[in-house]
Amino acid sequence: MAKRDPIYGLMAEFDSAQALVDAGRKTREAGYKKIDAYSPFPIEGLAEEIGMHFDEIPLTVLFGGIIGGSTGYLMQYWMAAVDYPLNIGGKPPHSWPAFIVITFEMTILFAGISAVLGMLAFNGLPMPYHPVFNVPRFALASKDRFFLIVFSSDKKYNPVETRRFLETLDPRSISEVPS
Amino acid sequence: MSEQYKSSTDLDRAPVIEPGHTFGTVTEKISAIVLTRPATNGWFIGFGIFFMLTMMLLFATGYLFLKGIGIWGDTTPIGWGFEIVNFVWWIGIGHAGTLISAILLLLRQTWRNSINRFAEAMTLFAVASAGIFPAIHVGRPWLAYWLFPIPNTMRVWPQFRSPLMWDVFAVSTYATISALFWFTGLIPDFATLRDRTEKRWIKMIYGMLSFGWRGSARHWHRYETMYLLLAGLATPLVLSVHTVVSFDFAVGIVPGWHTTIFPPYFVAGAIYSGFAMVLMLAIPIRKIYGLEDFITERHLQNSAKVMLATGLIVAYGYGIEAFMGWYSGDRYDAFTLWNRLHGPYAGAYWMLLICNILAPQVLWIRKLRTSPVALFFISAVVLVGMWLERFIIVVLGLHRDFLNSSWGMYYPTRWDWMTYIGTIGMFLAAMFLFLRLLPAISIFEMRTLLPEAEVKE
Repeated sequence: MAKRDPIYGLMAEFDSAQALVDAGRKTREAGYKKIDAYSPFPIEGLAEEIGMHFDEIPLTVLFGGIIGGSTGYLMQYWMAAVDYPLNIGGKPPHSWPAFIVITFEMTILFAGISAVLGMLAFNGLPMPYHPVFNVPRFALASKDRFFLIVFSSDKKYNPVETRRFLETLDPRSISEVPS
Repeated sequence: MSEQYKSSTDLDRAPVIEPGHTFGTVTEKISAIVLTRPATNGWFIGFGIFFMLTMMLLFATGYLFLKGIGIWGDTTPIGWGFEIVNFVWWIGIGHAGTLISAILLLLRQTWRNSINRFAEAMTLFAVASAGIFPAIHVGRPWLAYWLFPIPNTMRVWPQFRSPLMWDVFAVSTYATISALFWFTGLIPDFATLRDRTEKRWIKMIYGMLSFGWRGSARHWHRYETMYLLLAGLATPLVLSVHTVVSFDFAVGIVPGWHTTIFPPYFVAGAIYSGFAMVLMLAIPIRKIYGLEDFITERHLQNSAKVMLATGLIVAYGYGIEAFMGWYSGDRYDAFTLWNRLHGPYAGAYWMLLICNILAPQVLWIRKLRTSPVALFFISAVVLVGMWLERFIIVVLGLHRDFLNSSWGMYYPTRWDWMTYIGTIGMFLAAMFLFLRLLPAISIFEMRTLLPEAEVKE
């Protein structure tokens, strides 16, 4: 295993959502690639500012829905028309209009479950421990403070230079994140 | 006239949160209910009473399993009594929660943010209460798994052409999606509670529940996409659930059931009773926990308006039922109408008309729409009315159908009542626990409503 850097990154704390969005944009414009931003509520456009280009969730949900719908329909077809056909009120074994409701419900069920599991999986959750939690002030990230981090794995990262750059963003405080 | 109109629109545009709040105060105020506020004697007494009622439910179902459904009032020809009445009533109540959390989210009704959390909890507990009835009414509940496509020793599969099977899938999907929607909505708030508490074991519990949420921008992005898609999926789902419940009746040939107006009229009735329950819960909660800043008069007024609108749809449904009883020329339909108005259960039908059509008309008056006390009582009346509606549909359809040699009467027994009241106890006991253990208002969604959350490009 490669030797881990004892420092995970440098973290700057901001007072407002606006400051965080501006700082995120400036950091990326300064050439930093491996950065992240933390906020107590979703901020529109922030993910794009820090370099997120693709959201996997819609496709995941689409596939979940397709799988659910086809499972629902094929299950009913196989059970009612192939494995054990029963004559119910003279209806044909493959009476597709009657299968619509369950097909629909299964589509929703699978799509909904894949939305949640997909969100968790692509976000790498559950993850009870994370280096950012080592910064005591980070507890405010779930209340009213906004944080920006430059990871030490970034090519441009340099403990002195990066700190100097972050100071130009006028943050409330800057802290080193131990890994 | 113009004066009143002006002030009415002022209320519509009033901020969803009272001015003066910041990210910090919103967070502290809501999380303090869970973390620092001690449980009062009132809470313990209330929870104690409802917990005992829950025990009564367990006792009644235990005795049912011992003796069989003969202890209930169900007889030929009324094979569906309280269990279906209560099932439909509870499922309907649940619908308002999904309407608030999903449909109002898609419609960008930001006022929903302060009531969606406990409305979703209400949905969950209402669906749980509803789910008890079909599970225990099958006679041999240990074989209830036959309802699901699980291989069994007879090698027979469920009968997918029956609306009852559709109902199994609709309700179980609804319960699952509601639970997911509710739980994922809680994840960021669990993180807030984790970071606010001092006690280590509480930190551990909320930390595990939060899945280690840290509010990364990438995470929020996927989270929001998921939340929006879940809302988009839950919207047709919630409309389908009561539609399918109405198919349980409408696909049958019983007079009074066999009509195409049932799906929309059931869905409207569901939202009607659901908003009544939302108000009955919201009014005491905002008072007791001092949340008037977040659940404002605007919320009460909007809920009252939804109630009024859906109540009018329900009234239209009754009107069409009566009209078709005459217009169809079908003697059995005509008799159903006559029997409702003049038969042995006429008292229940007249009560229903008073509770569901007449009483809510007072909501046209703005003063009553914004008066918590008045709204509380009107909501109670509507809930009684909607319960009577299901009673009329289920019991009056069955007790006098085509052959008068097979007419009969339905009398609920003490076990019917104990089970019904027991589910109310269970529902409220769960609400009591919810209020103390989880943030009753979505904290992170409240933050987005504050003016300081706005970001300019």
